[in-house]
Amino acid sequence: MKKSKYSLLLILTLVFSLILTACGGNNDASEGENNDNNENATSDVAQEFSMLDSSAIPTMDSVLAEGSTSFTYIGNVGEGLYRLNQEGKPEPAMVEGEPEINEDKTVFTFKLRDAKWSNGEPVTAHDFVFAWQRAIDPKTASPYGPYMMGGKILNAAKITEAGAAGKPYDLNELGVKAIDDKTLEVTLEKPVVYWEDLFAFPSFYPQNQKFVEEKGDAFASSAENLLYNGPFKMTQWEGTDAEEWVLEKNENYWDADNVKIEKITVNVVKDSGSAVNAFEAGETDMTGLLSSDLVPQYEGDERMMSWLDAAVFYLKLNQKNEALANTNIRKAIAMAFNKEDLANGILNNGSVPANYLVPKEFVNLDGVDFREGNGDMLEYNVEEAKKHWEAGLKELGKTELTIRYLGGDTEASKKIDSYMKNQLETNLEGLTIELESVPFAVRLERDNSMDYDIQMAGWGPDYGNAISFIDLWVTNGGSNRMGYSNPKYDELVKKAQGELATQPEENFKAMQEAERILLEEDAGIAPVYQRGANILINPNLKGLVQYQYGPDYSFKWMSVEGE
Amino acid sequence: MGKYLLQRVFYMVLTLFLIASLTFFLMKVIPGTPFASQNKLSPAQMEIMKAKYGLDQPVPVQYAKYMGNLLKGDFGTSFQFSNRAVGDLMFQRLGPSAQLGFQAMVLGSVLGIFLGVIAALRQNSWIDYGSTFIAVVGKSIPSFVFAGLLQYYIGVKLGWLPVLFWKGFEYTIMPTIALALFPLAIAARFMRTEMIDVLNSDYITLAKAKGASFFDIAFKHALRNALIPVVTVLGPVFVSLMTGSLVIEKIFAIPGLGEQFVTSITLNDYPVIMGTTILYSAMFVLIILIVDILYGVIDPRIRLSGGKK
Repeated sequence: MKKSKYSLLLILTLVFSLILTACGGNNDASEGENNDNNENATSDVAQEFSMLDSSAIPTMDSVLAEGSTSFTYIGNVGEGLYRLNQEGKPEPAMVEGEPEINEDKTVFTFKLRDAKWSNGEPVTAHDFVFAWQRAIDPKTASPYGPYMMGGKILNAAKITEAGAAGKPYDLNELGVKAIDDKTLEVTLEKPVVYWEDLFAFPSFYPQNQKFVEEKGDAFASSAENLLYNGPFKMTQWEGTDAEEWVLEKNENYWDADNVKIEKITVNVVKDSGSAVNAFEAGETDMTGLLSSDLVPQYEGDERMMSWLDAAVFYLKLNQKNEALANTNIRKAIAMAFNKEDLANGILNNGSVPANYLVPKEFVNLDGVDFREGNGDMLEYNVEEAKKHWEAGLKELGKTELTIRYLGGDTEASKKIDSYMKNQLETNLEGLTIELESVPFAVRLERDNSMDYDIQMAGWGPDYGNAISFIDLWVTNGGSNRMGYSNPKYDELVKKAQGELATQPEENFKAMQEAERILLEEDAGIAPVYQRGANILINPNLKGLVQYQYGPDYSFKWMSVEGE
Repeated sequence: MGKYLLQRVFYMVLTLFLIASLTFFLMKVIPGTPFASQNKLSPAQMEIMKAKYGLDQPVPVQYAKYMGNLLKGDFGTSFQFSNRAVGDLMFQRLGPSAQLGFQAMVLGSVLGIFLGVIAALRQNSWIDYGSTFIAVVGKSIPSFVFAGLLQYYIGVKLGWLPVLFWKGFEYTIMPTIALALFPLAIAARFMRTEMIDVLNSDYITLAKAKGASFFDIAFKHALRNALIPVVTVLGPVFVSLMTGSLVIEKIFAIPGLGEQFVTSITLNDYPVIMGTTILYSAMFVLIILIVDILYGVIDPRIRLSGGKK
């Protein structure tokens, strides 16, 4: 009798272990893929590495891409007329030599080099025309196509407007034509100083019409449904939510001789701490961006690579709010928080205090940084802030103010926002800040409807020119959305984009003056910090290039060295 | 039995329909934009984008369209992952989540029930205190802490198991243990209480008086009766484990559904929100039905319909 009672337990245990083995049986095959490559110290080290990214690739269709993850992989498997080089500057890529440019710098004639798609077909001028027309076509509903082309490529904005109004439009009116297979003519609406950056941007990459139309809805839905004309091709990618993908060297790439890396395996790890654990266990050679709590422990470690992003964060001060329409109040707020402490104590990841809109180490003229011309503005200064605060309150006829503050809902942004609240309330007597922590999607929506008083926001550029930041705040500008308006500012921005577009020095000065008006005179926004970025990378990996706009990285010039 | 089942299935479908409808309208009330670069879009572009996803139509029209497609088994296309059918996305991701949930459930409930029974049989002994301690710890340590500790010590320091990913059985061990802690704690605590209750009841005293052996009493008489409430509690726990754990999936980089569900809500990815909600609800109502049927198996006194004919 007694034995049968034990058997109940025994059976349970047996069943349990059977289930476990059965479940595990399915996917044992894919082992041993990511052997680390650095163990043999010989010179012929395998040119392979594995890396982690913090998100899946939302799309590999260059025409639909809108985020840096997409741009990064599209940028490494594709190529436009220009490509950002190792110094982050655009240089001819699909283009052979310099283009012919007409006198008023609006018509460009490019000669294409002999380059091939990964299926062996030549890359032609028609591929560019097709892709650009597809990007602007209202039927495609691309977010970045019209954003990058509007007001720059001839008739781009016109087509978008017509599409939105349900009126007929003609894609052939877009300022891009194939003169013959190897000659491309691009017409701009007006001169654009940073035209090389534009033509290096993934939204302007070519696409093969025959291939795209053959694939139909399946185009760009997996590695097999894509064509590649860049340094690498994707050999494994199961679609937009895949969490693992593989890039391999593209033998058909025109500059394949200079590409050393044979294979890159990428896996998605969303948790920064887990990524670091995987790196420490030797399971990967490179992590995604580290969350700032992990940065201090790697201070001075040769495996940590750090840089200053061209992204600047600031408080948007919505002038629809009566109090924030007052310049003194805005100045008081802009000077009333300690940015140094925020950057060093709270962010603690290499971020620096920002007393400017156009970031440091971003643009320069003949080697002189944009910042050197303008210096610091709206620095932390409690005394000044208090003076402006008193004056502002008097003008408003009030003794206290309650202002809503729209911030993010991530751990990191909550920390920053509560610090800001504390600083502002402590330094400005009679001020009450109501914190509203919302998800990113909600913040965008409320930015759009201007439903906020103060908002913590940031901006990263899309091309290497200060205008990427400066034109944000023109009256009724697409990204303004805070009711800022100053005719002097508008005038300068218009000049910088118009008549001064071809005179780099004057252009630079105009933008610096515009920035000075925005900050020093108007305190239109309150700059907070410029973001620092950090990753862990195996020291044997050389040649990773990091960019300030478009793709995050280029792997083209990388190599694996022996120890 | 057949008639009863038919009736239940009808109510299940009705429940799902109500949940889907309610979710659809609630979702439209969530503030936020589904467009990641909205701050860069001009008003004209916004209109074009809205038209593409059918968001320019009045909500009732959108609802009718969605329900129509749903009847055809079409869950729509994700906003955040271009080109990705929500149906494919969900069922592909359900695999790892379900496997992990199932393993954790089996491990957790078997160990938990075992601990609970032992604790009850040896009430107020060190075994009892030990098992209660494990249960309390299991319930109170947040899973991300436990998972993080496992990952660091077993994965990084000792190197016994892979730190991340989902590529074979050994990859599932740490996440399974981390996730099993919760059902283990619940099962152990419930089992102990129920078991003690049953052991103090009259029929057990009678069984003892008749001279039944200790194991007969513990397993034949007590365990079966004590299991009923435990099964009730574990049913819903099972579904929540099967549908994926946000935290565990994120920490161990498992391509599952739990993390995706939360992300889709914060990104206003409407089709994915709808799809996952419907899937979760379907699993819930199904599990509730299974639990009801299990009652009858465990305790013959509970009959689903009018009894034997």
